[in-house]
Amino acid sequence: MKLPIFLDYSATTPVDPRVAKLMCDCLTQEGNFGNPASRSHVYGWQAEEAVENARRQVADLINADPREIVWTSGATESNNLAIKGVAHFYHKKGKHIITSKIEHKAVLDTCRQLEREGFEVTYLNPTPDGLISPEQVADALREDTILVSLMHVNNEIGVITDIAAIAEVTRANKVLFHVDAAQSTGKIAIDLATAKVDLMSFSAHKTYGPKGVGALYVCRKPRVRLEAQIHGGGHERGMRSGTLATHQIVGMGAAFAIAQEEMAADNARIQKLGQRLWNGVKDMEEVYMNGHATQRVAGNANISFNFVEGESLLMSLRELAVSSGSACTSASLEPSYVLRALGMNDELAHSSIRFSIGRFTTEADIDEAIALSLNAVNKLRELSPLWDMYKDGVDLDTVQWAAH
Amino acid sequence: MAYSEQVLDHYENPRNVGKMDETDAHVGTGMVGAPACGDVMRLQIKVNDAGIIEDAKFKTYGCGSAIASSSLVTEWMKGMTLDQAGEIRNSNISEELALPPVKIHCSVLAEDAIKAAIVNYKSKQ
Repeated sequence: MKLPIFLDYSATTPVDPRVAKLMCDCLTQEGNFGNPASRSHVYGWQAEEAVENARRQVADLINADPREIVWTSGATESNNLAIKGVAHFYHKKGKHIITSKIEHKAVLDTCRQLEREGFEVTYLNPTPDGLISPEQVADALREDTILVSLMHVNNEIGVITDIAAIAEVTRANKVLFHVDAAQSTGKIAIDLATAKVDLMSFSAHKTYGPKGVGALYVCRKPRVRLEAQIHGGGHERGMRSGTLATHQIVGMGAAFAIAQEEMAADNARIQKLGQRLWNGVKDMEEVYMNGHATQRVAGNANISFNFVEGESLLMSLRELAVSSGSACTSASLEPSYVLRALGMNDELAHSSIRFSIGRFTTEADIDEAIALSLNAVNKLRELSPLWDMYKDGVDLDTVQWAAH
Repeated sequence: MAYSEQVLDHYENPRNVGKMDETDAHVGTGMVGAPACGDVMRLQIKVNDAGIIEDAKFKTYGCGSAIASSSLVTEWMKGMTLDQAGEIRNSNISEELALPPVKIHCSVLAEDAIKAAIVNYKSKQ
């Protein structure tokens, strides 16, 4: 069986073989298997050294101090720890939080939980091309605002938020700023020595590291306090208890070190492939790239093929591993909430496919993706009554649909 | 999601795709669903003077199961009387295509499309 071509790097990435090798060395009796918290013997010391080395590698990628890195199980936990941790620690100062409608569910569902606990949340509307501006944040600030949480790069549309500019607003107003950076490491440079971000979430598996490990950056100057969400042993300076998973952490560190070293070369190559993909499909009628045209990462192409339904398109593209909406919602029949928040109509939202390109994508993969997409869209349009009506000049917005 | 053999067959080789003249007095057109819901079916029947459906055509915007449901009913309806076609139930469709529970609405939509086409045809007589 011919395997589908993997174009879903925004959902996850394969572990880089160089990373996998180092991880394997931390598992068996011959390897570095010790508990990093064991202080009484060499097994513990070696494991601790490996963990601290990885902490430095992660800190280096974002120009932070290693003491500002807290290990977690992934970006979802980091987002939970940052948002709930701030809310629970600073609730006496205020109970208002600002986020946006296009955040990942790990942020939105966490905010919903806090609403149930009595916090108030403002959900900012992005512009039609997916941007949240510093002015919008400034306008939404209140006396009782304690936290702003926004993503660095959107997982569905790849648009980049200007976090440095927003951080100026939050710092000037003494409000904490959390950034979900799961999708940005290795794709854009992050400098937390200059950007006034207070908390930042990271994931290993979006950057060629393993699943099950992530980190939270917690700013030391000015000092940010968090209420722990997991208790038991006081690991990670009391912010996140639990035995550290040496192999996972070593994997994340190695993956981030490679990301730092190879970011420029990777990006240049991926940029070309993304352009090649878009050039290959853009001449079809009624095809749109979603999200801002230039303020975006290289590997993401979220494309709407109007008058074709996304799920049937995916069915025609079985030789491609791509997603419709985001991976978390592709089992449901709802169109993507991110695309809807951009003000896109439901037909277009239903017609979108996210192609995401990464380190191991080749030109041949892209050419195959273009050929398959053109073929599938043309076939499904032949079957589509909406395409017929469009061709006959009917304005679909004026039709009275029998909604079901 | 895994698709049944039957759904894949209709999806890969849809039967009776096309469009008939809506203004023809022998043609009944049923259009159901909405783009916002992700499914729109247009089902057309051509009825002869003996009251037999001699041709059926469809076009569907929707998932593979919606396409398969409409393709299947065009096959079934040919040669039926209007009464016989009106008796096709969504359960017949979902059973034949082995639709999973989340796709039952596709078969409901196909049943609605049949009824709408028949009503449209009768309104012209």
